[in-house]
Amino acid sequence: MTYPTTWRRPPQIFTHRGWRIGLQLAALAYLVFALGTLDVNWTRIAEGGERGLRFIWGFLSPDFSSRWRDISQGLIESLTMTLTSTVVGVAISIPIGIGAARNVAPAWIYAICRSIIAISRALQEIIVAIFFVAMFGFGPFAGFLTLSFATIGFISKLLAEDIEDIDEAQAEAIRATGASWGQLINYAIQPQVMPRLIGLSLYRLDINFRESAVIGIVGAGGIGATLNTAIDRYEYDSAGAILLIIIALVMVAEYSSSYLRKFLQ
Amino acid sequence: MSDFPASWQFRSPRTRLALWFGWLCLVALFVWCWQVMNENTIWMFVQDAPRQAADIGGRMWPPRWSYLGELMVPLWDTLNMATLGTLLGVILAVPVAFMAARNTSPFPLLLRPAALFVIVASRSINSLIWALLLVAILGPGLLAGIIAIGLRSIGFIGKLLYEAIEETDIRQVEAITATGASQAQILHYAIVPQILPAFWGITVFRWDINIRESAILGLVGAGGLGLKLQSSLNTLAWPQVTMILLVILATVILSEWVSAKVRGALI
Repeated sequence: MTYPTTWRRPPQIFTHRGWRIGLQLAALAYLVFALGTLDVNWTRIAEGGERGLRFIWGFLSPDFSSRWRDISQGLIESLTMTLTSTVVGVAISIPIGIGAARNVAPAWIYAICRSIIAISRALQEIIVAIFFVAMFGFGPFAGFLTLSFATIGFISKLLAEDIEDIDEAQAEAIRATGASWGQLINYAIQPQVMPRLIGLSLYRLDINFRESAVIGIVGAGGIGATLNTAIDRYEYDSAGAILLIIIALVMVAEYSSSYLRKFLQ
Repeated sequence: MSDFPASWQFRSPRTRLALWFGWLCLVALFVWCWQVMNENTIWMFVQDAPRQAADIGGRMWPPRWSYLGELMVPLWDTLNMATLGTLLGVILAVPVAFMAARNTSPFPLLLRPAALFVIVASRSINSLIWALLLVAILGPGLLAGIIAIGLRSIGFIGKLLYEAIEETDIRQVEAITATGASQAQILHYAIVPQILPAFWGITVFRWDINIRESAILGLVGAGGLGLKLQSSLNTLAWPQVTMILLVILATVILSEWVSAKVRGALI
């Protein structure tokens, strides 16, 4: 038995040397080409540099007071939109999630629910928001619908996967008592998935707040609209204030939701 | 002797009361929020919505296939924006992740909270907002989009990577340390090989997300397909909108497939 006396790198994904070098060259060529297509207007950037400094300055000395009416209005819209859309979205997600779980739903219901989930996940929030604004007019109602729609895809998918992963022994025990389908869901599945469903809902609340800050840009209400106006008017101190509020709220939401999830589990 | 309850109850009366109260609070909060939110809603528009939807749907069909040729350059721009943005994000996120991980942070007392703040700040601001700011600063174009995607990616890559670093097997680090390796050698031989699969998985995953995001960044002026979407929406050219949405959908599905394949090969 002979051991090698010098250490050699273990083989990587591509064992053949030619492939590896070829791939690296291709990546390099792409990089050069892609950077080449990027036409950078240096004079415009030089002009913007001063604006960038003003923005950083605005961020460091935020102005909460002069646009407070707009900011508070946007904030209330965002927060109410976040809560209502999460509640409605989760309420709609529960039947769809149960329907999309293979072990409790018949095949045709499974197919319908899975396609609803696929549609909801494939469409970007912003694009959905554009359509809802065109249909329902400007304002938080369109935003509420957008966020509810996005929530359905997220919660239903994870809930369905959770139901498919349950401990079958408990379901079998309930079935053995001669329980109906409704009783099976209520006594065998609901206790197993409830803690996770609450955790997911809190997580989605957090995501919906972040998204509600964005969809205002296309007119669906919320703090995003205020931010968009502030940047359009070059009022960087107000924009800085809004961004700080968003960051602070997201941090609060993240920490409190992770705390609550620990408390509930 | 036996004072067992006559019927089985799922929870004790006290917990049930607390649960009911919790749900009641949630419903009350919901109703209140609904009232506040819909103060300014014009319900006539809402009633009108099915008709509006049918109208838009009618205008959108059929998609204008001849527009497809014009979309190839923006599509290429979108892909470049996502790829270069991911690259920028990775370059910025790797040092942040090493500073944020408890076991590799060079100066944990000061650098760790700073790195964690960078990660949270990057994650809490959507790429569309980053793009909005950068377009105002740098002017419209791909560069603003790339930087926006890059800045947004720091939080995601940084968070997942630092968690992967914290989960590394300590025994391998100890083995390398026992050979008298320097700090850099420990990183190179004990930590990097352990996190490399996770790193590639995270990068490809983020690239997939970035393709979706870069498709709409043009709405605020950062180039790519979104720019075409914006101009088609502004001129109410609905058949073109359908075409763009189809191209975006196809790209997203393709990128998801590619990323699933690559991650499957890695893990």
